[in-house]
Amino acid sequence: MDKTVNQKAWFLVLPVFLVVAFSAVLPLMTVVNYSMQDTFGNNQFFWNGVGWFKELLDPSTDLGGRFLASLGRNLFFSMVILAIEVPLGIVVALSMPRQGWTVAACLVILALPLLIPWNVVGTIWQIFGRPDIGLLGYVLNHIGLDYNYVSNDIDAWVTVIVMDVWHWTSLVALLCYAGLKSIPEAYYQAAQIDGASRWAVFKAIQLPKMNRVLLIAVLLRFMDSFMIYTEPFVVTGGGPGNSTTFVSIELVKIALGQFDLGKAAALSLVYNLIILIVCWIFYTVMTNAGAERKPQEGAA
Amino acid sequence: MARIDLVDLAHSYGGNAAPQETFALKPVTMTWRQGGAYALLGPSGCGKTTLLNVISGIITPSRGKILFDGVDITPLSTQKRNIAQVFQFPVIYDTMTVGQNLAFPLKNRGVPKAEIDKRVAEIGRLLDLEPYLNRKATRLTADAKQKISLGRGLVRSDVAAVLFDEPLTVIDPELKWQLRSKLKALHRELDLTMIYVTHDQTEALTFADTVVVMHDGRVVQSGTPAELFDKPAHTFVGYFIGSPGMNILPAEVRGREARIGGHVIALNRAYDNLPAGAKIEIGVRPEFVEVVAPAPGLLTAKIERLDDLGRIRFARARFGDAKLAARAPAGFTSSDGNAGLKFDSSHVHVYADSLLVEGAA
Repeated sequence: MDKTVNQKAWFLVLPVFLVVAFSAVLPLMTVVNYSMQDTFGNNQFFWNGVGWFKELLDPSTDLGGRFLASLGRNLFFSMVILAIEVPLGIVVALSMPRQGWTVAACLVILALPLLIPWNVVGTIWQIFGRPDIGLLGYVLNHIGLDYNYVSNDIDAWVTVIVMDVWHWTSLVALLCYAGLKSIPEAYYQAAQIDGASRWAVFKAIQLPKMNRVLLIAVLLRFMDSFMIYTEPFVVTGGGPGNSTTFVSIELVKIALGQFDLGKAAALSLVYNLIILIVCWIFYTVMTNAGAERKPQEGAA
Repeated sequence: MARIDLVDLAHSYGGNAAPQETFALKPVTMTWRQGGAYALLGPSGCGKTTLLNVISGIITPSRGKILFDGVDITPLSTQKRNIAQVFQFPVIYDTMTVGQNLAFPLKNRGVPKAEIDKRVAEIGRLLDLEPYLNRKATRLTADAKQKISLGRGLVRSDVAAVLFDEPLTVIDPELKWQLRSKLKALHRELDLTMIYVTHDQTEALTFADTVVVMHDGRVVQSGTPAELFDKPAHTFVGYFIGSPGMNILPAEVRGREARIGGHVIALNRAYDNLPAGAKIEIGVRPEFVEVVAPAPGLLTAKIERLDDLGRIRFARARFGDAKLAARAPAGFTSSDGNAGLKFDSSHVHVYADSLLVEGAA
């Protein structure tokens, strides 16, 4: 038994354990702890088991109803902005110049909305859309459209969606542009010689070469829009009524507005789980799609 | 299928105002007959790809005209020129099967379905792609992909010409031979005008009936492989074609004699009217110089080494400042490193300022 016993390695590993414990494990466990209990303030807690989770998934209860409604709104919102931003981003990327000084100019202009802090974006649109002093709201009302995002559900939705499109289409466009730039010039020349129309070039060359970056764009935009909070909160505050209350806004209302820590904890755990699952699905699809494209031994 | 005429054709990336020395393609006038197999041969940067792209319409020439069967097509776009081109690296359409890839140029031009199927089947058979016609093209090797590119170039029967831009670069050496002979066979079978750009002399000489040698943006000679070998019109051709290349030696030429460092080499023709002040050189291929034992009347050179190429041996010799290669007959050895050089005077050419001078009989 001449094996050296050396416990020094623990001193190297321990700090990591501590940091992870305090930054991730303990806060998460606190949330798990809260989700199993109920409180009436005064730092008094009562055991509730999986009660909150049962309620959360039952639409007939108040909590379940609010959660599922906001989840539905959130999914609808994500679908709508994906359906607009992805095609629009592709069109923008396709119409960008491929060389010369205009490239840099376009890139800077496109990047601008991405650099603005979320709540500033919200404030910009909040003011922009106001019927009394906002340019957009004033002009719309002036030409006879009855536009008021504070009182009308549809107007509020349109405002939030247009704002998101304004804020994030650039990201899709920049990713697509990067994909387009990686296509060798010979492909375009070959397509020209093969007599391909503009549409055929798009379908046969550009779209297939872009589909990897498009997957990334869809993933990023879906996750981001699914977790959206700041911008709609600043513009509409979730209203009118509950019409633009997304999951994260609902969560803050329950946790901080009503101080229902148990309900809020249960909701955030489920919310987190949904995001993790969607992430995992996207990741799997993407890595599989990548593996499929690897060349295999074939004709020679 | 068409006859192609290049009329005073030139291209400068800097515009016509730039000095002519900087032109990527210096003015050229030549005619390529229908159904011929041509090779544009030259080192990198000699303008051969520029010339090819001018013909296919990817580049609009800054000067001159291109005629297909006498019709000026210079201003037409690539699509309207009725031309096919195969690029250096395989270009395949990822989402399509091999068959759809081959059909693409025909489909875009609205050819009837039955006709497309017939052509695709024929090209698939000629290129041995038949088993893969229904497979996705992305999953194949580089060789197979380049064959698809070739196939797309050959699938249209009505093209004026098929242009190849160093298409065998990505192919393994072993397969290069196969594909090259395949192309040659296809040329005979399909009766298409083919123009093949390469920097590889073997490729050019085996593929083409007519080889166009380019140097520094200029066409320096156009001729059959035999002509290029026997009578290089420019010292560059002599040096570039053949392995080892032609020996180029500065000399004084008067009448039927060339003098190199006091030694006289007899010439077959008389050169009495050489331009004054020009740089005069003689050129002779290593195959037509023999190293023998030193003897009076022969130019004596120092042997630096002997290259044994198996079937033939070449001696690398030095004579003053000049280096040259010469054929070493079987059994030749040199005890003291010196050897006499015997020139075959019927193959000694005279060059003035790098250009061949025809002597009087």
